Amino acid sequence: MTALTDIDGDRLLAALRTLLAAKGIASPEEIAERIAITDAASPALGAKLVARAWCDDAFRARLLADGTRAAEEAGIVMRGAPPLGVMECTPSVHTLIVCTLCSCYPRAVLGYPPFWYKSAAYRARAVRDPRGLLAEFGTVLPEATRIRVIDSTADYRWMVLPLRPAGTEGWAEDRLAAIVRAGDMIGVTQVRA
Amino acid sequence: MLAPGTRIKVRDDWPEARGPCHIRTPHFLRGKAGTVLRHLGDFPNPEDLAFARPAARLPLYHVRFDPATIWPDSRAGDEIVVELFGPWLVAA
Repeated sequence: MTALTDIDGDRLLAALRTLLAAKGIASPEEIAERIAITDAASPALGAKLVARAWCDDAFRARLLADGTRAAEEAGIVMRGAPPLGVMECTPSVHTLIVCTLCSCYPRAVLGYPPFWYKSAAYRARAVRDPRGLLAEFGTVLPEATRIRVIDSTADYRWMVLPLRPAGTEGWAEDRLAAIVRAGDMIGVTQVRA
Repeated sequence: MLAPGTRIKVRDDWPEARGPCHIRTPHFLRGKAGTVLRHLGDFPNPEDLAFARPAARLPLYHVRFDPATIWPDSRAGDEIVVELFGPWLVAA
C-alpha cells in the first residue's frame, strides 16, 4: 500500500475535498469561504486592535477580557476561529508567544505565521532561553523586566498587546496601527515609533 | 473545578511510550509543579478528537510555571504560562 506521504499532494487534496463534500462535512463553498477568510487575514487586523486599545481604555479592558468578542466588535471575522486570548506587555513584564508543540498562531488576527514561528529552534528557545532569543531579534529588555512566555498548547490562540512607544502621544489610531508589526504582537520585538 | 491559585503538579505520565496518541501536554512540564491562574473554558478532549473518538469536554486551565523549577539557570521572576487540561493536573 502506498503511504499517504508518498501520494501527490494535489491528488490527495482533491480526494479529501471530494470526501468532505460526499460525507456532508464541508461543502466546496464552505471550504472556499474559509480559504478566503484565512488569506485575507493579516497583521493589519491585529494592529488595528492594538491601536484601538492604546486609544480607548474601555476597549483595552474588553480586549484583554475576551479577545474574540473585542475583535468581532472591531469588525474582524472570528466565526469558526479558535478563541482569541490577548496578553498585555507592561513596563515590568514582557510577554512572548510560542507554541512549543506545533505552530498554533492567532491567524484570524495576524494571518499566516512567519516562517521561523514554526521552527524547532524558535519553539525550543522561546521557553528555554527567551532573553537569548529576543536578543537575536534585536530586542533587549531592561534588566528588571520579567518575561512571561505563553505556550499556546491547546484551544486558545494568543496575541500580545504590546507597549505603546514613547513619542506617539496624540497620534490617531490609523497612524498608530501602521507602526505595529507581526513580531510586536508575538512579542519577539517591541513597537518602535 | 480548580480555583485560581491552586498548586498542582502535572502528571508524570508518558502515553507516547505506550502507543499512538495525541497529547497537548508538553514533555518539559511532565511531573512539574505549577499554579492555576484561571479556568479558560471547557473543550473537547484533543486526545480523543485526534482519533475521531467521541470526545468529552474537559476543563482547560491556564497554569503558571516557574522556569527555574524546570531549568535551574532560568531567570528568577520569569514565568511560563500554559494551557493544560484538567485530567493532566494532580494535587501538588
